[in-house]
Amino acid sequence: MSNGHGVSTLITGAAPYGEEAADVLITDGVIAAVGAAATAAAKRATDVEVIDADGLVLLPGLVDLHTHLREPGREDAETVETGSAAAALGGYTAVFAMPNTDPTADTAGVVEQVLRLGEDARLVDVRPIGAVTVGRKGERLAELAAMAGSAAQVRVFSDDGDCVSDPLLMRRALEYVKAFDGVIAQHAQEPRLTAGAQMHEGDVSATLGMTGWPAVAEEAIIARDCLLADHVGSRLHVCHLSTAGSVELIAAAKARGTRVTAEVTPHHLLLTDARAIGYDPVFKVNPPLRTDADVAALRKALADGTIDIVATDHAPHASEDKECEWDAASPGMLGLQTALSVVVATMVEPGLLDWRGVAAVMSERPAAIGGLAGHGRPIAVGEPANLVLVDPAARWTVRGAELASLSANTPFEGMELPAKVVGTFLRGRRTVAGGALVAGVNA
Amino acid sequence: MTTTIKATTRSAANGDSRGDSAVQPPAPSGMPRHLLSAGDLNAETATLVLDTAERLEQAMSGREVRKLPTLRGRTVVNLFYEDSTRTRISFELAAKRLSADVINFSAKGSSVSKGESLKDTALTLQAMGADAVVCRHSASGAPQRLSAWVSGRVVNAGDGTHEHPTQALLDAFTLRRHLGELAGRKIVVVGDVLHSRVARSNVLLLSTLGAQVELVAPPTLLPVGVGSWPASVSYDLDASLSGADAVMMLRVQRERMSGAFFPTAREYTRSYGLDVRRRAMLPDHGVVMHPGPMNRGMEITPAVADGDGSVIVEQVANGVTVRMAVLYLLLSGEMETNA
Repeated sequence: MSNGHGVSTLITGAAPYGEEAADVLITDGVIAAVGAAATAAAKRATDVEVIDADGLVLLPGLVDLHTHLREPGREDAETVETGSAAAALGGYTAVFAMPNTDPTADTAGVVEQVLRLGEDARLVDVRPIGAVTVGRKGERLAELAAMAGSAAQVRVFSDDGDCVSDPLLMRRALEYVKAFDGVIAQHAQEPRLTAGAQMHEGDVSATLGMTGWPAVAEEAIIARDCLLADHVGSRLHVCHLSTAGSVELIAAAKARGTRVTAEVTPHHLLLTDARAIGYDPVFKVNPPLRTDADVAALRKALADGTIDIVATDHAPHASEDKECEWDAASPGMLGLQTALSVVVATMVEPGLLDWRGVAAVMSERPAAIGGLAGHGRPIAVGEPANLVLVDPAARWTVRGAELASLSANTPFEGMELPAKVVGTFLRGRRTVAGGALVAGVNA
Repeated sequence: MTTTIKATTRSAANGDSRGDSAVQPPAPSGMPRHLLSAGDLNAETATLVLDTAERLEQAMSGREVRKLPTLRGRTVVNLFYEDSTRTRISFELAAKRLSADVINFSAKGSSVSKGESLKDTALTLQAMGADAVVCRHSASGAPQRLSAWVSGRVVNAGDGTHEHPTQALLDAFTLRRHLGELAGRKIVVVGDVLHSRVARSNVLLLSTLGAQVELVAPPTLLPVGVGSWPASVSYDLDASLSGADAVMMLRVQRERMSGAFFPTAREYTRSYGLDVRRRAMLPDHGVVMHPGPMNRGMEITPAVADGDGSVIVEQVANGVTVRMAVLYLLLSGEMETNA
């Protein structure tokens, strides 16, 4: 085994953060040397695997704060293993798994099961997110401390897919998780304003005759939750921001010192509600695709730091849940293997973000928000070798059938996207090489 | 045999897929492949449908047996996921008068609840060789989805709160009979525009034909994006009726009250119902329409529904003729190809 413990790997020619090229030596899963020191140390060592990474960009392994792995319950759509494979191929070394499984991840037992499945898959670190309320029903708090104290060490709690809409329950949740430095990740959706909602409420929904999901239904909850977080001095994370108004609210809250962080998905950075024309439910997602003005505001907010991170909201769905009428279809899109490319297309290529910025929004900050040690760390001596090699010049065409997920519901089907993940390292161990999973890596 | 499984069009760049949905390679007649939206028709093809309906009616009128042999050997499936006896019967009669074989497939309760999925049903119809599928569904866009899975022609017979293009065609046909060319005519559409597929199709078709459409409703029953439609909007029925050449009353479902769209039926009727007083505000040639079924006493009083200028029963008769024209135009091109 050439990539395990006791041996060294030398990555030559790659440019950390897309800046100056520097060799990186990995020994025993840790970055042992960087730059000329790495080159020299590799010459002295006996067993060194050399990876020629000339022209590639080296980033800290990506961290996804918002992934649906579907296991337990919908193993026909995704498993922890197949989702982990998609993650590794997408350049991720850690993913946070949302609790809307069956059974719901609302007990120590279920989160530990997900943790163990992730450990067995050995492709990325899988960190379970715990449900805020029992069964995600929004009625009473789940045993949050038990999940925090379990082997899974849950720090992020969310009823994602549903909003913790009861303001008193939300207040209690925000307060309660302070005891173990937890954070509530809110799916901001006022339920009454979105009864039966199918897509963004606007010109397109009016023409298509579909029940609208108004921007105000997201913004009203964000405004309320920021005020609640202020009031009780707690940390709030807002999932998948989708509107320009939400951006304004987050900016205002941050300006007055609210401890709030926010995420945006790749699909909300690229696609608009015009995709719903044709009624193909592959474009059905919650919150829905919005307008060009929203997309522009989200990109700008990600660039200026109002939005902290990119999270995929990777949501695999079996074909029967997408090959049907729009109303009947499940909302959600694949994202893990396309996220980096979409961020490059929407942020890096237009000059809104450099590679340092990509590392910040896709690795460092998500790890920090999730309280995840060992990920999102600098590319520096002594740090865990969780790394990703990206070919910035590559272009590739997305084919849902070729993605590692069990499902194929990518909204980017047929699109040519920039940048390709070439290699991924989990604590020095190669999970992805040459753009493909390393054979037997999870054996 | 033409292979016609529609590829789902998805363009690579952002935001430019608008309008690419229903564009199909035209049949030899210039018609779109499917009739999914009134927006699929331009002024030329819309006029073609109306003229063809006139011709078919003339052709029928001289016959002892009210039947034309045009679609002999073709199979038309009425796939109805929603109860709508009047629309189903209208399509059935239209197909039968063209000598097509007609199969009524009533799939009550949609795949939303349980049972066979729309796709499986489509594949079944495909295997049985349906030349045209007339689809009524409670979900907006269902006929469009269907058109991706069958090789036959698809006619939207009403989908959710989206469209009902043959209703708009029969309305235009009826209006043309009474008003002549529609260009410049003012047509007032009153009622639950938000949930009305009839309104959406009529706005598109009537504006395509040059008419000026005014939508009148309480603000709660107008969609948020209505400003982008080729129609003007008013909350005041009395004001809108002056100078109107026709008024089209939409059915208001009583269950809308549970959604608090308006306080009471009485208040709705007071503000937006068509009674004798308001009827008198129309000019002499003014036409009163309703797609049916009517809530007598709610959106229209019996005296107006049955009174002078009401063409409500005529609309029903014209529905058969116009649907004949649609089926004929969609299917005859294919017949020529196969001949």
